[in-house]
Order: sequence, then C-alpha cells, then structure tokens
Amino acid sequence: MQALVKYTDDVDAKMGMWLFLFTEMLFFGGMFLLYAVYSTKYSADFSGSSSELNRVIGTFNTLILITSSFTAALSLSEIKKGALQSASICLGITALIGIVFLIMKYIEWSAKIGHGIYPGSAYLNEMAHGKVLFYSLYFVMTGIHAFHVLIGIAVFIVILFMLRNGTVRENNSIKLENAALYWHFVDIAWIYLFPLLYLLR
Amino acid sequence: MGTDFYMNTEGRKGVLSWILSTDHKRIGLLYLYAVLGFFLIGVIIGLLMRLELMAPGRTIVNARAYDSLFTLHGIIMIFFFIIPGVPSSLGNFFLPLQIGARDVAFPRLNLLSWWLYVIAGLTAISTIFLPGGPPDTGWTLYPPYSIKTPTNVSGTALAAFIVGFSSILTGLNFITTIHRLRAPGMTWFRMPLFTWTLYSTAWVQVLATPVLAITLLLLILERAFGTGFFDPAKGGDPLMFEHLFWIYSHPAVYVMILPAMGIISEIVPTFSRKTVFGYKAIVFSGLSIATLGYVVWGHHMFTSGMSDVSSMVFSFITFAVAVPSGIKVFNWIATMYKGSVEIKPPLLYAFAFIFLFSIGGLTGLVNSAVATNVHIHGTFFIVAHFHYTMFGGAGFAFFTGLHYRLPKMTGRMYNFRASTVACIVLFIGFNILYFPMFLLGWQGMPRRYYDYPPEFHGNNFISTIGSWILAAGLLIMFINLARSLFKGEKAGNNPWDGTTLEWQVSSPPPQENFEKIPHITRGPYSREKNIL
Repeated sequence: MQALVKYTDDVDAKMGMWLFLFTEMLFFGGMFLLYAVYSTKYSADFSGSSSELNRVIGTFNTLILITSSFTAALSLSEIKKGALQSASICLGITALIGIVFLIMKYIEWSAKIGHGIYPGSAYLNEMAHGKVLFYSLYFVMTGIHAFHVLIGIAVFIVILFMLRNGTVRENNSIKLENAALYWHFVDIAWIYLFPLLYLLR
Repeated sequence: MGTDFYMNTEGRKGVLSWILSTDHKRIGLLYLYAVLGFFLIGVIIGLLMRLELMAPGRTIVNARAYDSLFTLHGIIMIFFFIIPGVPSSLGNFFLPLQIGARDVAFPRLNLLSWWLYVIAGLTAISTIFLPGGPPDTGWTLYPPYSIKTPTNVSGTALAAFIVGFSSILTGLNFITTIHRLRAPGMTWFRMPLFTWTLYSTAWVQVLATPVLAITLLLLILERAFGTGFFDPAKGGDPLMFEHLFWIYSHPAVYVMILPAMGIISEIVPTFSRKTVFGYKAIVFSGLSIATLGYVVWGHHMFTSGMSDVSSMVFSFITFAVAVPSGIKVFNWIATMYKGSVEIKPPLLYAFAFIFLFSIGGLTGLVNSAVATNVHIHGTFFIVAHFHYTMFGGAGFAFFTGLHYRLPKMTGRMYNFRASTVACIVLFIGFNILYFPMFLLGWQGMPRRYYDYPPEFHGNNFISTIGSWILAAGLLIMFINLARSLFKGEKAGNNPWDGTTLEWQVSSPPPQENFEKIPHITRGPYSREKNIL
C-alpha cells in the first residue's frame, strides 16, 4: 500500500472553519430573532429587567473577553514568527481569561438564582410576561454563549499540548488559527449580547 | 494498484474496517445501508398507518398509538431517510469521483457525521422504549401541545438536533471539497450536474440546519425548565416556533429534491446519447431553487395567523419557485428530443420520477395560492402533495440513482427484467396509494386523524390496497438489487456509456480513486472519448 498523499491544505481547513462559523451565526440568529420579537412586544419589561442585571460584571467580562481575542491573535502572530514559547504564553493567558469569564458568569448567575430568578421558578413565573421572557432569554443566551466559551477553553488546552509535543508549530499553525477564529466569533457574539441584555434603558 | 476499495481494509478487521474507515466510498456505503434501514422502518410504520385507515373506527391500533405512528413515520422518513438519503450515500460515494478528487476535504469529519447520524437514529428509535413513550405531536413538534404532552418529545428533538449536526458536517465538507479539490481543468462549468446540485444542497444544509438546531434546543429547554418562549401562558408565542421551524424545514425539502434533480439531470443525457440541453440553465435553476427556497417558509402557515401582506408575499415567492423547477423539467424533455433514447431501467425510473414529481409540483401550486390553501390546509390533499414530491420525487430519484450507480459501486449488474417489473408495480402502487388522497383531501378529510366518517371509506380502502402494491414493488426492487451483489454479472467499468469521470475508473472503484489526478479538457456530457 502506498503512503497517503496529502491532498488538502490550510486554505481548505480555514474554509471549513468559516463555514462552521456561518452555521454558528445562524444558530445564534434564532435566539436573536426571538429577542427582536419579544423585546418589541414587551419593550418596557425588557428595559426594566435589563437595569436589574449586574452591569459592572457585564462590562468587566466584555473588556476581558476583548483582551482575550487580542492575546489569541498575538499567539498566532508569535507562532508564525517561530516564537513558540511566547505563543504558548499568549494562548495560556487566553484560556485563563476564558476561565475568569466563566467564574464571573457563575457569580452573576448564582446571584440571580439566589433571588429566585431562573426559568421556571415560581417567583419569576408570577412576574410580568415580558420579564419572564427577558430572563429566559438572558439565561439561555448567556448560557449557550458560556458553553461556547467552555469549548474554546478546552480547544486551547488541547492546542497548548500540541504546541509542547510539536504537532502545532510555525509551519503548521492552522489548528491554532482556526481556534483563534472560533474564539473571535465567541467574542463577537458576546459583543452583541452585552448591549442587548445589559444596556437597555 | 488495481485492487478495488473493498480489498483495502487499512489493516482493520471485519466490521471495524468499515465503521472506522475514512474512505468516502466506504462511508457512502455505510450511509446507504443505514439510510435504507431507516427507510424500511418508515415503510413498515407507513403500512401500519394505512392498514389502520382501511376502515372507519378501530382497525388495528388505538388512537393514541396511531398518533405515535404518524409522528415516527414523519420523523424517520424526513430526518433519517430523505434528507440524508441522496447526499450522504450516493453523494459521498460519487462526489470525489466526479470532480477528480482523492477524497472529500475532511475525511474524518465525514466519518464523524456518519456516527452522529447513527447515534441520532438510535436516539429517535429509543423514544419508543423509554418512559413517556414515542411522541404523538406529528413530526412538526408544534407547541403548545409539544410542551404539554407527557410523551418523549425531548428525546425526539434531541435526535433531530444530532442528525442536524451530521447534516451540517456533510454540507460543510461538500462545499469545501467542491471549492478546493476539483481536478485541474475541472472548471465550475465543467462540473457534472449531480455535483452542482450537491453544491446547492450543501449550502442549504449549512445555512438552514442551524436554525432548526436552535429551535429544537429551545423546545427541549422549554420542556425541561419552562423558559416560556413558545408558551402563551408565559407570554411566549407558539407562532415563533412555527416560523423558526419552517425557516429550516422548508429549505430542507430542497435538500431532499435538489440532489434528486441532479441524479435525473445525469441520467437523461446518458441514455439519450446526447449532451444535456441547457447545462447552464439547469445549474442556475438549481441555485435559484436553493436561494428562493430559503424565503418561502411562510406558505406552511397561511392558516396559522399571519398578516395578509406576508401571506401574499410568501405565496408569490412560492409560485416563483415553480419557474426554475419547470425549467429543469423542460431541459430533461428537450435533452431527450431527437436523442437516441435507450430505455434501460435507470431511465425508466427517471420517467416515473418526472411524471410523479410533475403532479407533485403542480399540486404544489394549488397549495401555494392562499385562497385554495385555506380550503385544503391540513387535509389529505397536503399529504398526497408532499408524498408525490418527496416520495414520487426524491424517493424515486433515489431509486433511479441506485439503479444507475449501484453497478459502479459493487461492480455487479442487476436483472433488467425484474427491475422493469418492479418499476411498473411501484408506479401503479404509488398512484393507487396516493392519488385517492387528493380526492379525500379535497372532500375535506383532515390529516393525522385516526377515524373518519363512512363517506370517506371508499377512497381510503383503495389507498390501502395501493400501499400493498407499492410494498410489493419495493420488495421486488430491493431483492433484485440485493441479489445482484452476490449473483449479478460483472457490470464492467462503464455499463451505461456514461461520460462523467466516475465511469472512467474501474468498477468497483480502486482504493486510490485516480492513479494520476486527471486533467479535464471538456464538459461533463461531451461525447469525446478518453479523458484519463
């Protein structure tokens, strides 16, 4: 049997990633559609509930997530220069920021749940319809986003190992590049979620 | 070289050499067998439904069981047979061969998508045995009932969610493959039409399926936590579910029919010994069906409560889809005109497709007019219409494709006489089964009802008889095809005198698709010889 011929290249892999990101956009799009309809229908309840969210944590998370996109991009440019050590450090920082983001999310969610506000709770169900829907959207949208952050962190940790054992290196950096693309998407999704959920007035 | 792909096990033994293989040909066959397995289950459920409806009142099952039967029939046939059917089985096997590629762009994702498909299928079947029992909502899973019912709606939604993932991976893989891995000289307009339709289909899969995924996920969350998105008691709107559901599920019918049209577009020129008439018209009509198909979902909801303006816009665009579909039919007919038409089994099945699909398409126009739609919405007329398009269309095209390509996949030829008999029996059975449903629907018999007043008895009785004839046809057809695997004569590399690349390699294809990647210098249906 002859050796396997390599017949694909980085451009293919990147194209696949972009197509996957299209599907992610439409996946989030379904939730944004619900948001658009219900926020129009219940605009007063939506802006009222929005001001009950913790804007400090929201802003903090926005800032660190943007920073992590920067460190992810930095990691990529470092690896292309062949600076594997600093690429690893940048990637490590990115994953770490992701973890901090999730911890803040956890604090935020527990505070709300502590007040009896979560989908299906008796306390929430007695509130106005607009509030029920706002908080359901809040938990579902930030929850699904947090799940994406979690996946991103896992991918970065795998790539950190690949950097150590030499699978990912300066002339074979497509895995890191695709992971960074994915991370930018997670970041951009948050940039839409933040004003829609936290900054309504 | 010289060994076919069946011989190369990549060092694995037995069944492992199949279920762990990343070879697109093996995955194509894995899909083929899995898809046919689900088709069989769906057919059996369908036969049971028809048996129940043979006479008024209880015949074999109670009303509750009947609800589950039509739900499972829909879920299995749509998500596990027609949507993945052609692209994943025949598409996987032939796409790389048709464009002169070694494999698809992401072979491992390809295998993953098959695994997801199987896991999803088992999840769907498992709802029958799990607490709650199989869903009774209809395959559309409309809330608010799907929120309230104690049956296992969440399991079914999860199954459709997973199979959606599989569909997305296939679509993503095909788009990248077609963009990046075409052989040198294989320009866009030298691509075979089957590849073109797989391309249009893949875009629909990638752009529509995620909307279904989020919709189903929201339904699961709704049932698990009571989020209220689709629950009027909490301010949510069930209509939003219908919109989101059909934003996917209408484009999905083009995932079913486009590859089917691709199959026919290849067979008609092959058996007319002519190049295809209006190659570019077929290409662009396929692309425009895919595009327009994305914005017609509202025609499923004329009676659900939409503004008159939206209804009219959706109705108009739906009429517009008929234009590119008509263009294809005219092109097929024009290809045969003055050709030396040779009626072999694949072409016979293609004729059946064109006839049945035309009835399905024309009755689609009856549905798309808002006024008539209100009259026939949710009746057996709709059931008849979509079986003519989905089964008479996509299903028959799948059979057509099998008869055309199985000799290439297995290297063995089936019995012509038996397949001709099967085609005629299928065609007769199909019409006896489904045509009375048009009449029933027009008279006002609603779909998804367990019982009916005596005046509908006659047509229901005829329809059930038709279902047995159809089943007999399927039996003859599949036995004949299966028999060819073991006892068929050697088919030869190019039994039909086909012109596209896959007919230039040996049958069954070698492990390495092409010894040397070919350089393409002519269009796909040009009858000049020797391109390898």
